[in-house]
Amino acid sequence: MSKIGSKSYRSVAGNIVVFLFLLLIALFMVLPMVFIFSNAFKPLSELFIFPPKLFPQNPTFDNFINLSSLLGDSWLPFSRYVLNSVFITVIGTAGNIIISSMAAYILSKKNFKGRNLLFQLVVLSLLFSSVVTAIPNYIIMTKLHLINTLWAIILPLLPSSIGLFLMKQFMDQMVPDTLLEAAALDGAGENRIFMQIVMPMVKPAWLTLLIFSFQGIWGTTGGVFIFDENLKTLPTALSNIVSGGIARTGVSAAVSLIMILPPITVFLFSQSNVMQTMSSSGIKD
Amino acid sequence: MNRISKNLRKNKICIIYLLPFFSLFALFVILPVLMAMFLSFTDYNLLQSPQFVGFENYSDLFFNDEIFTQAVVNTVTMALVVGPFSYIGALMLAWVLNELNRGLRTAMVFLIYAPSISGNAYMIWQLLFSGDQLGYINAFLLNTGIISSPIQFLTDTEYMMTAVIIVTMWTSMGTQFLSFVAGLQGVDQSLYEAGAIDGVRNRWQELWYITIPQMKPQLLFGSVMSITGAFTVGAVGAALCGNPSTDYAVHTLVNHMTDFADIKFEFGDACAVATILFAAMLLCNQMIKRLLKNVGT
Repeated sequence: MSKIGSKSYRSVAGNIVVFLFLLLIALFMVLPMVFIFSNAFKPLSELFIFPPKLFPQNPTFDNFINLSSLLGDSWLPFSRYVLNSVFITVIGTAGNIIISSMAAYILSKKNFKGRNLLFQLVVLSLLFSSVVTAIPNYIIMTKLHLINTLWAIILPLLPSSIGLFLMKQFMDQMVPDTLLEAAALDGAGENRIFMQIVMPMVKPAWLTLLIFSFQGIWGTTGGVFIFDENLKTLPTALSNIVSGGIARTGVSAAVSLIMILPPITVFLFSQSNVMQTMSSSGIKD
Repeated sequence: MNRISKNLRKNKICIIYLLPFFSLFALFVILPVLMAMFLSFTDYNLLQSPQFVGFENYSDLFFNDEIFTQAVVNTVTMALVVGPFSYIGALMLAWVLNELNRGLRTAMVFLIYAPSISGNAYMIWQLLFSGDQLGYINAFLLNTGIISSPIQFLTDTEYMMTAVIIVTMWTSMGTQFLSFVAGLQGVDQSLYEAGAIDGVRNRWQELWYITIPQMKPQLLFGSVMSITGAFTVGAVGAALCGNPSTDYAVHTLVNHMTDFADIKFEFGDACAVATILFAAMLLCNQMIKRLLKNVGT
């Protein structure tokens, strides 16, 4: 569905200028990612050239081969770290989207005392720096005896203020109250209204939240909360490998590429569906 | 009787839906923030238990700490430029992309959001700004004869602020940009047709009279994200110019806070900086909310 040209008051020249300008910005924005891809296939000698070449002169798989032999030497089977990361990412992302959406639905569509107060608290919490909440968080985790469990990573990520704020704003915009009233009159229960009407209508919102959430959790190392090797995540294991010094530069380039592949996949999946929604859901009052 | 039971059921639903989020929120977000605010009135080195000192941390910052004063000036300068530019830039990009067809738009959104995924955004800027004759900008300026010796963009205090501001604008757009892209999907398409009939003549009028009013919820979200992005600048300066930077030229409140917390172990002072930063963002947020009320009518 191309919209260019469908509106008579738009000039063709304007469209072309705008497009070229966009293309320029986009190509510049993607440069760092291009370097991640090309560096992974550069032999060690090319990685130290300054300024770096955009594409490898003698592409090689050496970096990946070295990485896999290093992984073979590691303490635990590598799948352990992958499993830990997948576990926290799946539970964290799904939980985050579900509980944010549920709370957002009530704050957006139900009238009750204290609704505005709750919402303002969420917005205000976004303004407080996480640099200093790390220490209090550690104290709380210790008191709850959650230190050295994967829950110490997952639980604080679940109530994300960004998630609730985003979902509520989209429900305000995309879900007409009259539609919900009509559904209630027709006898639909709250759960059904939430799952079958509200959530499908705000699909662009939770697909966007999926990106934010996945990206944030996937890169989490667990930091001070985890000291058992069995429970360490993929970024921790990989950064241990990379920290082996300058000789590991090639391996580290391979690691960078592997780490960004899942977020790229999730992004492409999400965005291609965000764009789809417009043509399919025409429900508006 | 019927009304009472209906109200009860409504309350029960509200509580069931709110409880998972807000119980975790209270425990892992609100409680740590309150603890940090309390600690800002104490002397706390993480090893001994905190000693209450009243407003001493705050008065030290304001009256005995020249670097803090410099950090405030730097932070406000950066926030005033970065905030509005990244906000308007993200909106403009999302809006213009909305004109493209689906495949092209997905590709463009990906390319523009790429720096937020790749996470190595600084390297490309280091290449551009590098202070020797190999840095791209210096190489260009030397070759064209505009300058005769390379400019130290990242260590000369005359250029550092500009360099950091440019890079921050470029890295801080992601969240707003994506939410605007999604928000544009929620604009009622029939309004555009109605607008064309009512005499909307160019794309600027369309943006101002139809798109912006329809996107107010996302604009509010974007403005809060802009404020947090603009005031918490710090990592970019540290990565590009080092921490501490030459003459503290790009030292911000976040850098100052990190110094207290991670290097000096004066955690009470770090919490005081965080609380001041919070107050500043709060003030800014209230001002923008007022502004947004008058936009696009």
